[in-house]
Amino acid sequence: MSEKKKLRVATTSLAGCFGCHMSILDIDERLLDLLEVVEFDRSPITDIKHCGPCDLGIIEGGVCNAENVHVLREFRNNCKILVAIGACSVNGGLPAQRNHLELHDILTAVYQTEGGLAHGVHIPNDPELPLPLNQVHPIHEVVKVDYFLPGCPPSGDAIWKFLTDLIAGRTPHLGHGLIHYD
Amino acid sequence: MNDQNTLSTLQAVLSRHGNDGTRLMQILRETQEALGWLSPATLTAVAKTIGWPRAKVEGTAAFYSFFHTRPRGKYCVLWSDNITDRMLGNRDLMQAMCEKLWLEPGRLSEDGLVSVNTTSCTGMCDQGPALLVNYRAITRMDMARVEQMVELIRSETPLDQWPAEWFRVEDNVRRADILLSGNFVPGSALRAAVARATADGTTASNDRSVKESLPRGLVGPTAMLDEMRLSNLRGRGGAGFSTRLKWEACRNAPLKDGQTRIVVCNADEGEPGTFKDRVLLSAHADLVFEGMTVAAYAIGATKGFVYLRGEYRYLLEPLNEVLARRRQANLLGKNILGLSGADFDIEIHLGAGAYVCGEESALIESLEGKPGRPRIRPPFPVTNGYLDQPTIVNNVETFASTAMIALNGGEWFSKIGTKQSTGTKILSVSGDVLRPGLYEYPFGVTIQQVLDDAGAKGCVQGVQVSGPSGITLSADELERRIAFEDTPTAGAMMVFDCSRDMFEVAHNFAHFFAHESCGFCTPCRVGTQIVARLMDKLATNHGSQYDISELFKMHRLMQGASHCGLGNTACNSIFDTLNKFKPAYERRLKSLDFEPAFDLDAALSEARQMTGRDDAGAHLSNELSHVETSR
Amino acid sequence: MSEQQTFLLDNEEIPFNPGETIMQAAKAAGKYIPHLCWHPEFKPHGSCKLCTVKVNGRFGSSCTMQATAGITVENRTTELDDKRRTLLQMLFIEGNHFCPSCEKSGNCLLQATAYDLGMMSPHFDHFYPDRPVDASHPDVLLDFNRCILCSLCVQASELADKKFVFNMGGRGMRGRKIIINSESGKLGDTNFSVDDRAASICPVGVILKKRVGFAVPYGERKYDKAPASVVEVAK
Repeated sequence: MSEKKKLRVATTSLAGCFGCHMSILDIDERLLDLLEVVEFDRSPITDIKHCGPCDLGIIEGGVCNAENVHVLREFRNNCKILVAIGACSVNGGLPAQRNHLELHDILTAVYQTEGGLAHGVHIPNDPELPLPLNQVHPIHEVVKVDYFLPGCPPSGDAIWKFLTDLIAGRTPHLGHGLIHYD
Repeated sequence: MNDQNTLSTLQAVLSRHGNDGTRLMQILRETQEALGWLSPATLTAVAKTIGWPRAKVEGTAAFYSFFHTRPRGKYCVLWSDNITDRMLGNRDLMQAMCEKLWLEPGRLSEDGLVSVNTTSCTGMCDQGPALLVNYRAITRMDMARVEQMVELIRSETPLDQWPAEWFRVEDNVRRADILLSGNFVPGSALRAAVARATADGTTASNDRSVKESLPRGLVGPTAMLDEMRLSNLRGRGGAGFSTRLKWEACRNAPLKDGQTRIVVCNADEGEPGTFKDRVLLSAHADLVFEGMTVAAYAIGATKGFVYLRGEYRYLLEPLNEVLARRRQANLLGKNILGLSGADFDIEIHLGAGAYVCGEESALIESLEGKPGRPRIRPPFPVTNGYLDQPTIVNNVETFASTAMIALNGGEWFSKIGTKQSTGTKILSVSGDVLRPGLYEYPFGVTIQQVLDDAGAKGCVQGVQVSGPSGITLSADELERRIAFEDTPTAGAMMVFDCSRDMFEVAHNFAHFFAHESCGFCTPCRVGTQIVARLMDKLATNHGSQYDISELFKMHRLMQGASHCGLGNTACNSIFDTLNKFKPAYERRLKSLDFEPAFDLDAALSEARQMTGRDDAGAHLSNELSHVETSR
Repeated sequence: MSEQQTFLLDNEEIPFNPGETIMQAAKAAGKYIPHLCWHPEFKPHGSCKLCTVKVNGRFGSSCTMQATAGITVENRTTELDDKRRTLLQMLFIEGNHFCPSCEKSGNCLLQATAYDLGMMSPHFDHFYPDRPVDASHPDVLLDFNRCILCSLCVQASELADKKFVFNMGGRGMRGRKIIINSESGKLGDTNFSVDDRAASICPVGVILKKRVGFAVPYGERKYDKAPASVVEVAK
């Protein structure tokens, strides 16, 4: 009998702090068990630059600029199941706390009127830099998202429970103690 | 308040109302009419004088659309924005007006002269496009009037020097039956009601109720209730509750010391597309007031209110004149018709732009000077209504019918209409018909008959019966009848020919409910906003099937979980149009998959502007399949 | 003494005293009906609609409906919990609820109720409203971003403190908000005190005592130890 095909998983961080990825590492030695059943595609763990066809995509962080949109779409186009992981991905999180302000006012304050700016500083306009969106969006406002794993970050145990449920074909269920928004 | 004139104006208003907080709505309206707006200092002074916490006064001021807690333009123009006004081109006219005045809708001009915005239906659908200028109704707007109005505003011409013709409101009665035929003699119904009672029962009609162990023989009011029972009259506000049962419950409710029973006439005709009460009050006020007085006689009430929607402000003075005339004729006041103890008087209270006040308990809150928030029920108004007193709230048309029942008897009335829906119904017909206006029919008339009489133009696509909270009928259903057992209605009938977009009908209604939700309960407060946003998304061709299923989900949640009828019915027209006119939605869909609600490329606009960039990387395609891989 | 009257709640017999609401009787029997605006010390408000149940097949708010003998009440059914989850999501997207930076986190009834009902996402698009905070009072901060309009502070200030510092005013989602009882609209210009009942009634993180934030460590906060469904019927 042939070896069971491994689940192909991609992960990325958009407007996030990589805290959720650190928490993925917090599942500790169970990572080895995980690697028995999954293989990683694009992810900070593999350094693969673009996402190929995957069973599962895990997105940390919200959508705050044009590049985030491109990456998110790449994941959505390639992943059968897309998971939002962490507060920023789920509701915009810390970056979205700028949303009640006008982007114009923010850029002006940060690059033009704040004290301590170097002389001649201007709003960066290098074409290499992705432009910021008017507002920061949780990923479900931009693409269809199949599952959500909230937390800032979700604990290693929550991630483990979530992934093992999903891999086993169960709808993930966290329950008291594992479900957290903070 | 350092300005002495302002202070004395305010004190005059307050003392006219006895410094009574329950009269706050009238105090705020009159103050605003005199001072232009309700400044923080004004609210503080009002609160101090009436002895209410300031936050409570501000709570009321902030609730109603027609109260201004920020400086208002010298001219405040509000375009009626019902779907019928839209169909008559109000949006283009408003746009033209804004351009000529160098204004953005909703913004006060730099010089504080004028603001232009929209408001919910002003009840002039048969003579639109309509608007309010400083809360005075103007009908039949067109481009020539827009141009002239802009000039009058620019030259700061006072409103009473504007062409009188603009303020003319037509009755447009196209078919009259028992109510609108207009040969009612004031006092005749009351005399008939009194005559029906035996002699020893005609005194002290205000003093008893069944539960208070009636002295024997006080059968005057009972005789009237018998007629009401025979008539089988059902409430004309739409719900169709038995008028007699409501009255009996109120009559039987115990009174505490110092209390009286209250008769309230609900003239908060806010359901878009309805304008029958306006005509009843402008042309047949005696009929309505007499019906109220008959009701007071039957239940033993001494105090009556007409709660008149703010949009009908222009009716206040004429109605007060009718009341004065009736007092002179001894049809109101003390010992009416010479009956000892038959005391009853009526006062007009004006609303201030809040559809939800059409709900009877919200209306009572408003009468008490509070925000119009529907109460938790039970208890019902019939036992705990205005200032906790037993109160009946009936529609204008219900009272008009009551007068006719008193005059001609319940049996006579019950022979009109159908068995379960007796009497007549006044329909306010607007939209795509040659002769918009009022049509009074015996209950049981088919929709088709009404359309034929009104001259429906060309092919009829749909008919909205009973306003946005009512039912949307398709062309297949025109043989249905106006009756509580078939198609119940509060009276509105808006007709849409085949050139109309039925999606836009539901879209307009979605915004109406989002604007009018009182905000008390979660499902309606947030739900109406979510629904309006989903409809906007579909309207701008960003929607998908996913959004349509979201609309169904919101309908299921709001219908049932909401606190009052507003939330419960807010998705009716969406549900109906989705079921009966689904292609109107489907042809707007962008795709069958999920689509974001916002334009991604437009979401980079500010950053593009700030950086001066316009390269390929400074744009986003709105197609999900478009993936940038060249980075 | 007449026989104890009962009604059925999710197929269990619940005793009640005449005049009690379904919510009161359920709580007394140790049965959890999810709720946010209801508080045992105050009059039922009936606005959050989390406590919506089905009574003899019809929807109603259990906090305002009187218990009557023989009624059948559905509470924790899939249908009702689905609706409750949607209502919670609506409350989350209506305001700005950023739990990681909120000092009420772990002690917040909105958050704990959402945990209990397994709310994994806000589902809807956010409104991200602009709601400035009021830091004018020396001892208390008001962060309206988290307000769920339950009116408990209004009741507590009026009924318990006899002050009427707060009122719920305005109309609709854009307008409805807490109105402060001062001409400036600032809490610092009222007679509000940190010792008022209203200062500790807020179920979410609007009314916060200054200088005590994040005092209890993660893992030991109110709803870390037990879920809302346990805490709310135990107190």
